[in-house]
Amino acid sequence: MEILAQQLVNGLFIGSVYGLFAVGYTLVFGVLDILNLAHAAVFTLGGLVALWLVDTGGLSIWLAFPTAVLFCGLLGLLLDQVAFAPLRQRADSNFSGLISSIAMAIIFESAALGLFGARTVRFPAHTVSVHIWRWQDLSITSLQVEIVAISLLLMFLLTQFLNKARVGKAIRAVAENDRTARLLGIHVDGIIAFTFFISSALGGAAGILFGLYFDSLSPDMGHSIELKGLAVIVLGGMGSIPGAILGGLAFGLSEVLTVAITGTSNLRDAVAFTVLFTVLVLRPSGILGKKKMREA
Amino acid sequence: MFLQVKDVCRTFGGVRALDGVSLTVVKGEVHGLIGPNGAGKTTLINVLSGIKGPSSGEVLFDDRPVQELPAHKLAAMGIARTFQNIRLFPAMTCLENVLAGQHLVAARPYFPRFFCLPSSRRSERENHRQALECLARVGLEARADFSAKALSYGERRRLEIARALASRPRLLLLDEPVAGMRKQGVEQVGNLVESLAKEGMTVLLIEHNMSFVMGLCSKITVLNFGRTLITGNPEEVSGHPEVIAAYLGAGENHA
Amino acid sequence: MEALQQFLAVYGSLINFLGINSLLALSLYLTLAAGQLSLGSAAFAGIGGYTAGVLTMKLGVPYLPALAAGAVLAGLVGLIIGLPVLRLKGVFLAIATLAFGEVVRIAVLNIDITGGAEGLVGIPNITTTWGIYLSLAIAGYAIAKLRRSRIGWCFESIREDETAASAMGINTTYYKTLSFVLGAVLAGFTGGLYAHLNYIITPREFGFTVAVDLLIYNIVGGIRVWYGPVLGAVLLTSLPEILRAIGITAGPIRMAVNGLILLLVILFLPNGLVSIFQRRGGRKQNTRMDAAPEEA
Repeated sequence: MEILAQQLVNGLFIGSVYGLFAVGYTLVFGVLDILNLAHAAVFTLGGLVALWLVDTGGLSIWLAFPTAVLFCGLLGLLLDQVAFAPLRQRADSNFSGLISSIAMAIIFESAALGLFGARTVRFPAHTVSVHIWRWQDLSITSLQVEIVAISLLLMFLLTQFLNKARVGKAIRAVAENDRTARLLGIHVDGIIAFTFFISSALGGAAGILFGLYFDSLSPDMGHSIELKGLAVIVLGGMGSIPGAILGGLAFGLSEVLTVAITGTSNLRDAVAFTVLFTVLVLRPSGILGKKKMREA
Repeated sequence: MFLQVKDVCRTFGGVRALDGVSLTVVKGEVHGLIGPNGAGKTTLINVLSGIKGPSSGEVLFDDRPVQELPAHKLAAMGIARTFQNIRLFPAMTCLENVLAGQHLVAARPYFPRFFCLPSSRRSERENHRQALECLARVGLEARADFSAKALSYGERRRLEIARALASRPRLLLLDEPVAGMRKQGVEQVGNLVESLAKEGMTVLLIEHNMSFVMGLCSKITVLNFGRTLITGNPEEVSGHPEVIAAYLGAGENHA
Repeated sequence: MEALQQFLAVYGSLINFLGINSLLALSLYLTLAAGQLSLGSAAFAGIGGYTAGVLTMKLGVPYLPALAAGAVLAGLVGLIIGLPVLRLKGVFLAIATLAFGEVVRIAVLNIDITGGAEGLVGIPNITTTWGIYLSLAIAGYAIAKLRRSRIGWCFESIREDETAASAMGINTTYYKTLSFVLGAVLAGFTGGLYAHLNYIITPREFGFTVAVDLLIYNIVGGIRVWYGPVLGAVLLTSLPEILRAIGITAGPIRMAVNGLILLLVILFLPNGLVSIFQRRGGRKQNTRMDAAPEEA
């Protein structure tokens, strides 16, 4: 029973990182109906850049984190300008956008490989000071708490921003129907660019937190989370922010519990993908998603 | 009975797009379907062509209930249609669009082609000839090798009709065939429909162009709010106070 | 003669891979030709490869029947998976087939008979270059002949506009499933060829990265005509060698070149490289179908 509680706690922690990653994914899908497969590459670059700032640049993690996040936001703008904006006029922009995001993912990953090498690296030993709290048989580290707190805070800020801020509402308008939004005077291209900024910034943040949590970073760390991120947003409903958050938490929990129950990590991903497959076949809109693709 | 629609309803989410529509189309007739925007005309055509089934009610084609049948089966029974938004095959040429439309009438088996048998070439030539005929019918034979994307708007509408004709249908459903066209094009399509009707084709068409409808159709059904308002000949319909009210009144209810 | 022998000694393996990749690209092409974005080809190749390998290696089944069995099994799985999955559109279909692929990969990783992570070792290497290219020639010819046949017209119509296709009398479910199953059969057969090339196959060779690569071959080559995917496969498979020959040996740079080619193609040559060789009269670039009402 105690072990179960520990697993639940671990599941929630990793789930919050998954949620943070998925939120960026789903935000872009909600606004553009495009799956941005370069998101995982930005995740990777976020972690690696933060590491570089701490390791080589000597910055404290509290400074490196926002800097790297900002950098990733700018990568998002680059993504939009180079890979998505030029294709917006095309009739098949969903598909061609997907392809160009694959192209950018490859380019970003090659940049990560070239700049940081192929080795697995980790944050220096005292990047974050760690306290461990124990309660009965449960142990929680301060790092875990900080990661969860930051993830939840960012996700909360995003939700508030989308609901209350003027730009946030504009984003939601564009997600609903970009033609109408344009007629209402919303500068759609600018809003889309800003959406990419936020999405990639969050993806980068997730990468840094992931690297801190698992104490390892490598140029292909995006691969492991890329498919999981897809599973999360499908489960939660593509285009739904709360769905991505809940889906991330649920996914983290199910991952951890699968390992606990089967005693091995081998089938962990298989269960996840079988669930993903089943959800797609039975209810493609996911648990909280929009029933239809938005009107063009 | 050629085509009978009995009390068809179609609900989307909370909206009753069709709320008990009934009408009858007699063989060989040119039947108009009119009504203000949002009256349910295209939804009815979608039901009749099998794109979506009705929530309730019956559709009888040749006295057989067909409301549950999918689109391709209805097409096989002889129903062809055009679309309000024009659904051509953009990557193909005009001729290819029509050739594709010949699916139901051209055999084109694979294995003779695989073995380069002369029969495949012969049948292909025949298909080509018939496809060109369809194009000529709508006045597009000169555009045969042009990409469908390169056509003007009016030409695209006509190409869609040519493609629909390629399957040699018995019932032609036309959804706004002259929308946005200039007078010349409207006349051209009007003459086309007339000549098709003379050859025995049954046509059900949706249009907003009143002179086009009144001049062409022997029978007109008016829909409003998903219900049949009235069915009658052009004189009965155009003078009917409720019809006039429906069109004028529709301006007040922002659709 | 000696120059030829030397050439083959150095490049023999590459020539084999060019053929294998071309066949795999064609197997994906079969589904893309009907407008279905399936990313399951790699998994079907894996099913075919492992089946054939186990049959020849452990049960002494002769080569060709084993290949056939692999192809048939892949086709059957394709039928079972295809029926529910082909109801999905666009990116949802892609994700579902990806998920399926991952489940297959993980299953193979964990079943004893397939050798787990070390792979199936000791498969008789009886595939010859001639065998590969004969298969490629037959497959290419057969696919080329689809073009003006009933099946070919149906595939193209469905790809262009599924709703219009069904209104024309095409049973879209049947033809979509057919394209999916044919693709699976070809992929399964090719997997069998591949398995008997080098004594060993591992699950990694049939994973997500390979599936994406096959998609890239098709996009870069162009999917308007059957030799597009072959062109893409040949170009991108030989690219590392070409780059090495001109002095670029760094892995990251080769990767970046791949990504750049894909990006340039999707931005400027959306119909692939074959569109350079095809010119049709009266075509206007990027004209949208919903033109505003104008003169007849």
